Amino acid sequence: MKQHPLPGLTANDNSLSLPDTFTEWFAAKGWQPRAHQLELLSKIQNHKSSLLIAPTGAGKTLAGFLPSLIEIASRPRRKPGEAHRGVHTLYISPLKALAVDIERNLSTPVVEMGLGTKIETRTGDTPPHKRQRQKLAPPDILLTTPEQLSLLIAAKDCERFFDGLEIVIFDELHSLVTSKRGHLLSLALARLRTFRPNLRTIGLSATVATPSELCQWLIAQGPDGEVHEADLIEVSGGAKPDITILKSDTRIPWAGHSARYAMGNVYRAIKAHKTTLLFVNTRSQAELLFQELWRINDDELPIALHHGSLDVSQRRKVEQAMSNNELRAVIATSTLDLGLDWGDVDLVVHVGAPKGASRLAQRIGRSNHRMDEPSKALLVPANIFEVLECQAALDANYLGSQDTPPLINGGLDVLAQHILGSACAKPFDEDELYAEIITAAPYASLSRANFEKALDFVATGGYALRTYDQYAKLLKTEDNTWRVTHPRVAQQYRLNAGTIVEFPKLDVRMTRQRFGTGGKSKGPMRGGMMLGRIEEGFLEALAPGDTFRFAGKVLRFEGIRENICYVSNAQDSDPKIPSYAGGKFPLSTFLAEQVRAMLANPESWQRLPEQVREWLTIQKIKSTLPKQDELLIETFPRADKYYMMIYPFEGRMAHQTLGMLLTRRLERAHARPLGFVATDYALGIWGLRDFDRMFKIGELSLSALFDEDMLGDDLDAWLDESFMLKRTFRQCATIAGLIEQRFPGKEKSGRQMTVSSDLIYDVLRSHQPDHILLMATKEDAARGLLDVERLGKLLSRIQSRIVHKALERISPLAVPVMMEIGKEGIAGEAQDALLSEAAEELLR
Amino acid sequence: MTADLLEQREPNCALQIAGEAFICDPFGCLYWPEENCLIISDLHLEKGSSFASRGRLIPPYDTAATLNMLEQRLEYWRPKTVISLGDSFHDKNAAERIPQQYHLQLSAMMKGRNWIWIQGNHDPLAPANLEGQDATELAIGPIIFRHEPHSGPSNGEIAGHLHPAAKIKRRGSSVRRRCFIGDGTRLIMPSFGSFTGGLNIRDRAFNGMFLESDQYAWVMGQNNVFQIHARQLVR
Repeated sequence: MKQHPLPGLTANDNSLSLPDTFTEWFAAKGWQPRAHQLELLSKIQNHKSSLLIAPTGAGKTLAGFLPSLIEIASRPRRKPGEAHRGVHTLYISPLKALAVDIERNLSTPVVEMGLGTKIETRTGDTPPHKRQRQKLAPPDILLTTPEQLSLLIAAKDCERFFDGLEIVIFDELHSLVTSKRGHLLSLALARLRTFRPNLRTIGLSATVATPSELCQWLIAQGPDGEVHEADLIEVSGGAKPDITILKSDTRIPWAGHSARYAMGNVYRAIKAHKTTLLFVNTRSQAELLFQELWRINDDELPIALHHGSLDVSQRRKVEQAMSNNELRAVIATSTLDLGLDWGDVDLVVHVGAPKGASRLAQRIGRSNHRMDEPSKALLVPANIFEVLECQAALDANYLGSQDTPPLINGGLDVLAQHILGSACAKPFDEDELYAEIITAAPYASLSRANFEKALDFVATGGYALRTYDQYAKLLKTEDNTWRVTHPRVAQQYRLNAGTIVEFPKLDVRMTRQRFGTGGKSKGPMRGGMMLGRIEEGFLEALAPGDTFRFAGKVLRFEGIRENICYVSNAQDSDPKIPSYAGGKFPLSTFLAEQVRAMLANPESWQRLPEQVREWLTIQKIKSTLPKQDELLIETFPRADKYYMMIYPFEGRMAHQTLGMLLTRRLERAHARPLGFVATDYALGIWGLRDFDRMFKIGELSLSALFDEDMLGDDLDAWLDESFMLKRTFRQCATIAGLIEQRFPGKEKSGRQMTVSSDLIYDVLRSHQPDHILLMATKEDAARGLLDVERLGKLLSRIQSRIVHKALERISPLAVPVMMEIGKEGIAGEAQDALLSEAAEELLR
Repeated sequence: MTADLLEQREPNCALQIAGEAFICDPFGCLYWPEENCLIISDLHLEKGSSFASRGRLIPPYDTAATLNMLEQRLEYWRPKTVISLGDSFHDKNAAERIPQQYHLQLSAMMKGRNWIWIQGNHDPLAPANLEGQDATELAIGPIIFRHEPHSGPSNGEIAGHLHPAAKIKRRGSSVRRRCFIGDGTRLIMPSFGSFTGGLNIRDRAFNGMFLESDQYAWVMGQNNVFQIHARQLVR
């Protein structure tokens, strides 16, 4: 725990609340408690839940734990033979690694002050015997994750476990609240408040766009819609970060995400600093960057790799080496994004576009963890569009802009999971449970009708055809409470509890054996070192012999046995399979606006590298650049096809949805579209007829094509057959406990034992379209995967502001988009075309 | 998106077993014109309620969905004889659990037709509350109908039980669909039930069943059946 003396801050005003042991400890360290640390202490001592917003390096963690450490130290010691006290403080972190890190950091003051405070972690990695012991002899401070809390409150004896609970600390609250994990956590907090009405909460957060939302999240909301907010302590500023965009003499590529062109510059930057943290957006980028840096690592600098798919033991090794200052560089994805504080990082390199100004600010905060010294950061755009984005993010960070996403209402699938968990702990009265749930901010506007739908779903499936009453999981008994009908129900719940995370993953292990063709091995497989876990979907598309990049190596795929994927070292240095999915962030609305503004204003180009300025200048000559609120559309022929390029700058997901809808319309207009490609910046559609000519002779009209009614019937019709909706449904159905979490490798033997969620979706959609899980699915899809909300805003923004340029040939702006064609996977209707191709081969 | 590739295709596909001509459709039915006979397999009716009784409350509409599809197919092919190749009911009490409206619907479909319930491992006993004739095996001409395929060489066997599914990989994507699988001497039917999954034909359960060089899958696309040689199919 680092803390440095700050001039001009004294503890005099609040010194009453800080016991001598603590004052002396601060003094012995040559520190003074900071104003916000004392302010939070005084608020908590006065029973006021609070949100502390502070930049990294402001001593946020110590501030959060100070009230607990003082209160626990002031309790009389437990005498031998006396009953164990319950947990005093619960600390919830979004990351396991963060909880482990905090345990390590907290032990310093506790040991040095001789407090004897018992601090333990409880995560998915905690062994069963330790969990058991924790229940019998709870620690004073329990550090855990949202999933573990959900499991704890669904246990029968949980009320006793929490009967001494005074304070709950939520670390990195800004990142917790925006997801379904946050919804589940808010319901768990509501339960804790029922156990302990005087419970105080502390939220620790980085700067966010709307702090009031987090303040509401922390405390109970009123039953009739009155809004309550926790107190807010905001620490401003910190030193202005020193950010530069990498200047390279090498040509910046027009497409791709590897940033290979800049490796020499990046390597020189690493050499010139003590410790460098390199951030990328996806795991495949991390793997690639690692490989590329080692390829030129002539000085054999210790450079390590850290991402969520790697095996725990490997990650811990890197973390340990990091805190011992043994590494010169670590390449990381979001696992290291949040509040971790290791070693003396003096440079942050961000490879690829940051996608959001707030995310960039967070990541830059990793370097030089002292808020009074500027952080140093280097942005490395991977392609020419990303240069624009990096410049926009850079401008934004200086202005202190915030683009954290707004909070959304709690999901119904999560609610269903919570209702079942409640019944597993003990029978509940539905009025009381409803009253408790709507105190949680994400569920404050939950209607009684939807609550009852969710309850009915949990009890009997919520089907209009009421044939399952005899198989009910919950029954209303004579004393008017709902209870589980069978112990098996609680067992099932525990297997599923906290399920928020999506794609099934397989263990990846090394092997020396080679599989033959068809993935058959001779004799049993023997597994070697465990490398980590990869999504099943990616592995399924591999054939034995395919090579791919993982855990810093190029691996040869050998085959899958049960739920283990076997790989061996590949001889080639370039893998055949380029990447795997996961971890793609969409471009934030705010940054998109900045980029559009930059395009519209040539004067702002001065800050851009020369090759980018040139690119834009030629675009202006050959085609045009749209004004900030305009939508540019270009049409041109190329090879034997016709192209339509659309530049909304609204993020990949919104573009993908737009692409699906536009191709439907074009098909109806007999424009014979063949396919489309969506990037974060643009959408390209190609087809067999000349779009431009169709506009000229009036067969197509721009305003009709982009009419807002697209989001009506067309969207509904498309949603009905969309594979994306099926994927969302699978998540909702798993979270809600309708289907079991899939354990990869197991389903093959049990085809009669399971029913795929796709089949359930089809049947449910045609027989009960208003079922609660379909409601939940549509809500999710509209916001997440399909980004319908953003698309709607785009369509209303551009009405009558569409600029169409008919071109003879491809424009500079279109080139990077065209280069993405073929990199995208296919799905839906196109699958039949593949089958057809395979069938055609018979004829040849 | 390559819609025009698919437009003009005949939805059904012809095939031969032991010299007899059959037609398979993209919904998993096999039609025998010579006998005016329709063959379906693995309906698994009331699978939903079977799961529900064991604590998984999946939708109770699977029987309705399966019967609606079957009704539509009967309307299309208008067969005189229907052979249901076993596992027509998901468990031995399933026929009794069918809600009355669907029971009536099924009875109406059966009316005026020869309806044969071949016994399967899920439904070893004929449904007591339904008409139709039951059999462990049935031979018509050179063809023998049974639920579980025998192993080893065959001459004219049509069976179900295995729920075959085919998977192809092309251009970095994979497509997996239910299929008919056969080599001219034996055919295994896809499962027809709305809640039935598939087993990859590369699974060892299919080992030794077909002559590899003559083995084809008739893969069920959205609107067409695609005949694909087995060498193109992957795990």
